[in-house]
Amino acid sequence: MGADLLAGLAIVAEPSVLLTIIASAMFGFVVGALPGLTATMAVALLVPVTFLLHPVAAIASIVSASAMSIFAGDIPGALLRMPGTPASAAYMEEAYALTRKGEAGFVIATSATTAAIGGIFGTAALILASPALADMALQFSSFEFFWLGCLGLSCAVFVSGDDVPKGLIALLIGLLISTVGMDYGTAYPRFTFGSNELMDGVSFIPALIGMFALPEIVRSLSSTKTIDDVPQLGSKESWSKVRVALRKYWTGALRGSSLGTVIGALPGAGADIASWISFAVAKRFSKEPKKWGTGHIEGIVSAGASNNAALASAWIPALVFAIPGDTITAIAIGVLYMQGMNPGPTIFINNADMVYAVFIVFLIANLLLVPFGWAAMRVAGTILRIPQGLIAPTLLVMASIGAFAINNDMFGLLVMLALGVLAFLMNGAGLPLAPTVLGIVLGQIVEKNLIQSLISTQGDVFAFFERPLSAFLGVLTILVWTVPLVRFAYGRFRPKVR
Amino acid sequence: MNARRTFLAGAVLACIVAVGSASPAFAYPDRPIQVIVPYPAGGGTDIVARTLAAEIEKELDTPINVINRGGGGGIVGSNAIARAQPDGYTIGLVASDISLYEPQGLADISYEDLTAIGQTNALASSITVIADSPYQTVGDLLTAIKENPGELKGTGAPQNANWHVGFLGLMMDQGIDPNTVIWVPTQGGTAGHLDVAAGNSTFSTASLAEARALIESGKLRALAVMADEPIGIFPDVPTLKQEGIDYTFGLWHGVVAPAGLPDEERQILLDAVENAVNSESFRNTLTERGFTIVWRPGDEFRDFMKSDYEAAQKIFGDN
Repeated sequence: MGADLLAGLAIVAEPSVLLTIIASAMFGFVVGALPGLTATMAVALLVPVTFLLHPVAAIASIVSASAMSIFAGDIPGALLRMPGTPASAAYMEEAYALTRKGEAGFVIATSATTAAIGGIFGTAALILASPALADMALQFSSFEFFWLGCLGLSCAVFVSGDDVPKGLIALLIGLLISTVGMDYGTAYPRFTFGSNELMDGVSFIPALIGMFALPEIVRSLSSTKTIDDVPQLGSKESWSKVRVALRKYWTGALRGSSLGTVIGALPGAGADIASWISFAVAKRFSKEPKKWGTGHIEGIVSAGASNNAALASAWIPALVFAIPGDTITAIAIGVLYMQGMNPGPTIFINNADMVYAVFIVFLIANLLLVPFGWAAMRVAGTILRIPQGLIAPTLLVMASIGAFAINNDMFGLLVMLALGVLAFLMNGAGLPLAPTVLGIVLGQIVEKNLIQSLISTQGDVFAFFERPLSAFLGVLTILVWTVPLVRFAYGRFRPKVR
Repeated sequence: MNARRTFLAGAVLACIVAVGSASPAFAYPDRPIQVIVPYPAGGGTDIVARTLAAEIEKELDTPINVINRGGGGGIVGSNAIARAQPDGYTIGLVASDISLYEPQGLADISYEDLTAIGQTNALASSITVIADSPYQTVGDLLTAIKENPGELKGTGAPQNANWHVGFLGLMMDQGIDPNTVIWVPTQGGTAGHLDVAAGNSTFSTASLAEARALIESGKLRALAVMADEPIGIFPDVPTLKQEGIDYTFGLWHGVVAPAGLPDEERQILLDAVENAVNSESFRNTLTERGFTIVWRPGDEFRDFMKSDYEAAQKIFGDN
């Protein structure tokens, strides 16, 4: 092991590998920070380049670019109220509220630091617990994923703001959108109106861009103010606030990291879902629930750590069983094969030095988040001073490119525009957008696994409680849903004795 | 004076010759060629396309750009290939799904809308079970299916797609009603193997390439592969033929162009793709991953796509 570790270090110490890490980090930073361009896209764009690189450099470029873009996605969320990547959507409102209080630097510094903490936590799990976590992931069949999806949907309550019924309406709109496309059990096209493009459903990235970016762009075009009229905190104060926040909410960071690690290791979940669930859990167990919604850092600490942890742990099933945990690792597995490293148990024997090199790359990429966060803080002030009239058209162009680039198809633009109009109407009706996005993300997961489970048990509902893990998650879901109801009923109908 | 005139005439002549030779009919290719892949980056089809593109680039000495146009189960990208100008500058890499769209009534596109350049490879179906399964051979499994109708579960693909079609064919070949097996739909072959490894489904018919890591780590056991010969990465897994069943099934990939591609361009592409497929690096990369190299040039590939299409029509006859 020691020899392999040294060999791994030697590979990473190659100037070409180090240079690749830094160059990919910069690339990932730019792609992630642009609203509409996601971490997945950063990785997909890198694939042709990886052909020209040494195997470890090829993997390093993917690791480094994806870690950086997930963090960088927080920046436009905080500054412009548009999430750079779907993983930032859960806590974007809190981040923007803080910016309006003049604490943009604080938000970005916290995002960078917690992303690094989460990433390193996830990497540690990848190094130390790969076999155990991979075996756990293998226990997850459609039954377990169904319950997990249901738990995820429950998070809607926590991202709805004050008005829960309106949140539920928004969630149902999202679920309705997720039913578009070929039905999972029979491949029958639903709500596609004869369009081939809709066969796979409403493409998620253009939908997200449309819902978050378009209404913001329209809003900023109709007002001439910049956010600059609020004095922003300096760099020093920001970092000292980060230290205070971390000392106060370190349990939240740890909880987010471990939740993210577990969720990321499940094939089919990923950084987006990890981020939503961690945010909801942090809110549920918060000691200061009143402060949420007004620009409170607690959720950002937890969810920001969680999505980067998930990013690292998604490599566990990918390396051990060649099972992709998310789109990024699906691409990474392809690249591993092309580079002659076959993911699977033998990779740890045949390519041990390379595996150690990849681990080291993970650590470096996550440590790089902090200096990049510092740089982002510096730029943030400038961005906030740019007049809206200049920034909005640029963003519209970026949004359109992002919507187009996901499939190299003009249809993405139509999806973006349609969902943009929907979001505009929803804003007007006072409906929150976050639950709709949650519905689109989870709708397919819940439906797919429900249908798959029902088919495989021939409609036997009790089979959902036959597998031990499934039974545990099922009971947990039912408790989460019924306990508040029982409490409510008890509070309401309790005989009033005084 | 005279010498100058001669020089001028010569120069003009030289220019004419130069211009003439710069635009003959066979200057193809003189600009980059784009290869449309109807699936997202990083998938099996994408790997074939990118490995192949690197080799064709050397052959034709022009840049080859791989463009992923995913969505609609490959229909959107396949349509984009068929609708492109047949000038040889837009070609595509299609998978066997192309044979299924029309027979299932999903979309109006088939091999007839394309010019066949050549098949590059195949990926054979297999049968895998969980490591501690009671079934030791394909025979055991088939007997169990016959004796316990409606109890065993197969998986590996969405309903009526790739690996499910292989399963349907096997059942028809064996004279077993496919409806006596519960088909659990999964998104992709890896997810199917995973459902078997998680202890839900009885067997999966996805490829050994997708099961490789799970077999190597002792979670799954392969009963058979549906190829003509055992495949390189698992030489000990018997073929169905060795088990006494005369049935093969596999997915395939091949290079196509829009219908109506002129013969000169077609021949140039065919030669380039043939050399690329036979190159050391293409063979090694794909064999290592569990694919089988199968080269079928031009018309032979077209005939193969036709027979594949007709086989699908037989299975989905009622559409």
